[in-house]
Amino acid sequence: MAIPISYNVRNLRLRKGLTIMTALGIALTVTTAIFLMALLAGLQRAFVSSGNANNVLVLRKGSEAELSGGFDAALFPTLKVLPGIAKDSHGDPMVSGEWVVVIVLPRKDGTGEVNVTVRGMMPDGLEIRPSAKLIEGRWFQTGQREVVVSKSIRSRFSHANIGDTMEFGKGSWKVVGVFDAGGSAYESEIWADVNQMASDFDRQGGYSSAYLRATDPIAADALKNRVSDDQRLKLEGVLETEYYAKQTRSGAPIKIIGIVVAIIMAIGSSFAAMNTMYAAVAYRGREIATLRVLGFSRPSILTSFVLESLLLALLGAVAGILLMLPFNGMQTGTSNAVTFSEVVFSLQITWQVAMYAVIFALAMGLFGGLFPAWHAARQNILTALRG
Amino acid sequence: MTLSGFVVRNTFRNKRRSLLTMISISFSLLLLTLMMSIWRTFYIDQGPPNTAKTIITRDRVSLAFFLPAYYRDKIRSVPGVVAVAPMTYFGNVYKDDRATNSFAQAVTDPDEYPKVAPDKIVPPEQLLAWQRDRTGAMVDVELAKRFGWKIGDRLVLQSPYFPVHPEVTIRAMYTVDPPARALYFNTKYLEESLGWFKGQAGWYITQVATPGDVAPVSKAIDEMFRNSPQRTKTESQQAFRLSFVSSLGNVKAFILGICGAVVFAILLVSCNTMAMSIRARTREVAVLKALGFTRQRVLSMFVGESIALSLAGGVLGVLGAALVIRGLTHSPAAIGIPADMSVTFPTMVLSLLVAASVGFVSGCLPAYNASRTNIVEGLRHIG
Repeated sequence: MAIPISYNVRNLRLRKGLTIMTALGIALTVTTAIFLMALLAGLQRAFVSSGNANNVLVLRKGSEAELSGGFDAALFPTLKVLPGIAKDSHGDPMVSGEWVVVIVLPRKDGTGEVNVTVRGMMPDGLEIRPSAKLIEGRWFQTGQREVVVSKSIRSRFSHANIGDTMEFGKGSWKVVGVFDAGGSAYESEIWADVNQMASDFDRQGGYSSAYLRATDPIAADALKNRVSDDQRLKLEGVLETEYYAKQTRSGAPIKIIGIVVAIIMAIGSSFAAMNTMYAAVAYRGREIATLRVLGFSRPSILTSFVLESLLLALLGAVAGILLMLPFNGMQTGTSNAVTFSEVVFSLQITWQVAMYAVIFALAMGLFGGLFPAWHAARQNILTALRG
Repeated sequence: MTLSGFVVRNTFRNKRRSLLTMISISFSLLLLTLMMSIWRTFYIDQGPPNTAKTIITRDRVSLAFFLPAYYRDKIRSVPGVVAVAPMTYFGNVYKDDRATNSFAQAVTDPDEYPKVAPDKIVPPEQLLAWQRDRTGAMVDVELAKRFGWKIGDRLVLQSPYFPVHPEVTIRAMYTVDPPARALYFNTKYLEESLGWFKGQAGWYITQVATPGDVAPVSKAIDEMFRNSPQRTKTESQQAFRLSFVSSLGNVKAFILGICGAVVFAILLVSCNTMAMSIRARTREVAVLKALGFTRQRVLSMFVGESIALSLAGGVLGVLGAALVIRGLTHSPAAIGIPADMSVTFPTMVLSLLVAASVGFVSGCLPAYNASRTNIVEGLRHIG
């Protein structure tokens, strides 16, 4: 017969101070783990949400990233007439030849310089990325030295408000609009007209990449293969989703540090939980013996104490999640291993993160509770009753 | 029995509880010491004294972009510059992808490199041999020991960045403290096998005349290339190292956050233990007081016990951290961890101070409560 859980709940409530302190200790460990998992989840979201399944990115064969490539503009018309490309609002093929450069901007708060990606694009480039929404001002105009900046660029750098001028390339650029890219990797970019950009960086007559918008994901896959297989072009097609998914490896250092820190803290917390549970068992020696006399078996005593420890851990997990919730959405940045510029992302406490946090806490509770529960179940009834 | 003897005996009388508390505290302090050591290595250390006169010039945007070779001569013309050597990262793969076989390989100019790296000690005849053989290589003594290399051995290298497999001959071995575990070979050898690489370098290492020249020379170099096709970023060797760290994000806030969480966690653990241990001794306290021990005496006894326990955990943690860092810096798999990272004496003292303060704070409240117990009620108290 099992001992009711309410017995454990009452016991935890009886020794409030001890319970709260142990649970808080577990909560702190859980907080650290959530923080790291939320960082990775945010980073992943930034990259995963950047790609559109209909978009095909065209790069020079052999180049892994937009920054390390570049091909002749003469190839562009060939790309434009490939089958399977969607029509833009003017009825023309939806394609955009683009130039990507990295510039260095000083942070607003004076904590150093950051690499920022500047993307020059054709007017269709905006239609190809419907996830980016203009929230203020207007888009840049073809042939003008104008830029639109992402929301996060505006908040992190000075001279990035509408009406300001930014200095890069061969002169000044006027900020005319602000866009919201919904937490994607575009959130870290500045956009401008491709021809203006190319002339500023002496790159006329070429593009670093081209974006083709296919009618549907299947057409996109066909388009990708067609570009890669065409021997004349010497170009390579990549699905935009795959291109960005690969960049999540920028999070590898955070991941390694995170795992090490979380494990060390978890070991410390487990021992603390073990201590509390041993104390709980020691205080209740007579009680446990009574339970045994009443007919509760050894396994049910063992289960009961393990359950109590798990309950304690669960309490810690909930407290940890609540402690971290205010930080949900907090923005931070890390270096993108592919574009060499900073990618901005926000902490994302997703359901998955919360679930892992609970599992993590329960593992600590299990480890901390098992030995004391074993100890409790094996006690000699007679000695315990006398003690 | 002396008071301190009494305290120590009491601390370890419930062996399991003390042990568990100590282990718990020691893991937290291990992490704390680790974080403090990382902080010190990155933000406080100035590097070995020999490198105080070394500055590094690289592309302003990223190390991934090479600089033109003519930059070297222009840098040489800046007043205060003693020597300039090019350096390009070749890769870190050797034989296979296994991390244990990995070490840094770079190309440079053997004639001028020794002048910008005076901390590397090479026997003169070996250096001459390296300079004379275009396919020669210079390796770290420690590295050679690990792979069992001798002077004259031939190695085939490979690179994730360059599509060549150069075969180099070990001509020189250098000693440096801390070990650099790197292999250097001639830029010209790489240029011969790769046409497009000719006239380029990853970055330039410059030796200036006095440490005071570092700031003005760095500024002058960047100013000189302000309107060039590729702008540069020149900084001290320490700042160069730090730039890899800061690219990861707000590392400082990250470390501080972890330290804060850890200190709070040990506070909770220690507080918990003291509360448990004092609660179990209510009767004893009453006996002590009945025997004539003053409240202050009782208070200091319990606080002392708490400090002793935390300190014991602290010592274990600091030793653990020292072992972990030693293991990390000596493990061949740890790339990017500065080889000179270690737990210094001030860091140890600081960690132990944190442990002692935590013990003090966590012991105070339960001890105060215990010292206030009414003798009669305390004597009546049952377990």
